[in-house]
Amino acid sequence: MATNDLKLLGGWFSPFAVRAQIALSIKGLDYENIVENLNSKSDLFLQSNPVYKKIPVLIHGDKAICESAIIVEYIDEVWKNNGTPSILPSNAYDRASARFWGAYIDDKLYNSLRNGLFAQDIESKKKHFEELAEVLLKLEDVLNKSSGGKDFFGGEKIGFVDIAFGCYLSWLRVKEKFTGEKAFDEAKTPSLVKWAEAFATDPAVKGILPETDKLVEYALAMAAAIPK
Amino acid sequence: MATANQEEVRLLGKWASPFSNRIDLALKLKGVPYKYSEENLANKSDDLLKYNPVYKKVPILVHNGNPIAESLIILEYIDETWKNNPLLSEDPYERALARFWSKTLDDKILPAIWNACWSDEKGREKAVEEALEALKILEDEIKDKKFFGGETLGLVDIAANFIGYWVYILQEIAGLELLTLEKFPKVYKWSQEFINHPVIKEGLPPRDELFAFFKASASK
Repeated sequence: MATNDLKLLGGWFSPFAVRAQIALSIKGLDYENIVENLNSKSDLFLQSNPVYKKIPVLIHGDKAICESAIIVEYIDEVWKNNGTPSILPSNAYDRASARFWGAYIDDKLYNSLRNGLFAQDIESKKKHFEELAEVLLKLEDVLNKSSGGKDFFGGEKIGFVDIAFGCYLSWLRVKEKFTGEKAFDEAKTPSLVKWAEAFATDPAVKGILPETDKLVEYALAMAAAIPK
Repeated sequence: MATANQEEVRLLGKWASPFSNRIDLALKLKGVPYKYSEENLANKSDDLLKYNPVYKKVPILVHNGNPIAESLIILEYIDETWKNNPLLSEDPYERALARFWSKTLDDKILPAIWNACWSDEKGREKAVEEALEALKILEDEIKDKKFFGGETLGLVDIAANFIGYWVYILQEIAGLELLTLEKFPKVYKWSQEFINHPVIKEGLPPRDELFAFFKASASK
């Protein structure tokens, strides 16, 4: 029962919807999960997100909040005193740093991964996946610096950057299936290998990341639908 | 007034950049003293490369030796660090809306207007159409509020400095009429409130110099 009057308009395949779901899970919040079919957008959806017409949208009572990173911050702020862990750090500089890396991931990781997966020619694919490898090297460095030797970017617990990055895990596994190369190079990014395992098996995340095989099917259908 | 106990605030910026100017405006609104260094992106300083190795861009705020990059992120940092004259509401929903509109300005609205002003013959019609659509989005959002933040100037207003000031200069150089009183009366009215705000007025770069700067770029 959704006692908080929360609805999430999302899609199981969308890393951004997954991100919002993980945040809701960390904060122990019940919500109604409404999966949008992007080809026949519901009235609720169109009313709630007039500018971008994209998922996810969080509906809290009569309020609609769009953009996954903004949804995460909203959830963290509204329920900051409900006894569950905070998602963002408390120190202003650390918060700025977390937001910076979150934005970096949504720019560099998202684009190189998506462009690599759906590029039509081999040269483009190679170029995008090389860029992705650079991004992962950089994130390995960030993890080593920010974790203080603990499991997550947020330290002992999953934090903002963990969610920002972790929501892409299933899509990185799709890339693994397509290319035959491991998502995280064990030699170059050993910390990320450990982090991915810790993230995927964390109680707050369990059951939310889409299964790789299902996502592979979805990705193949998307690729087939691209006009040549 | 901000406390000035051994606090060092530095801004690495570019005087003609609206993104850099956002930080000047925020620091001035909060009364925070700071040192400014003008960066030449064709010849990047060691400090710029040290403080923003990922993007190598300005603005960069350096507070007691700690660098913060990306203008919207810097604005939130400033608001959280110096609590007078708040730029964001305390209410989480108002904050979410402000963040959404700032992001929409950067991701959708500014690029559409910028592209229209620099478009060539071929792409012009479509670019102008998109710019006008972008301005319509703002017109629908501002409604009859004095500022995007309500009665007082806030984060979104600062993020919209490009709309309040730069657009007029760029559209004149491009020979376009994008933001006018006739087409977008509410945004136009907001822009007048914005540039006449006592702190903003002093914080914006001089119009003639900005015009000359972009006119020179247009001739290249």
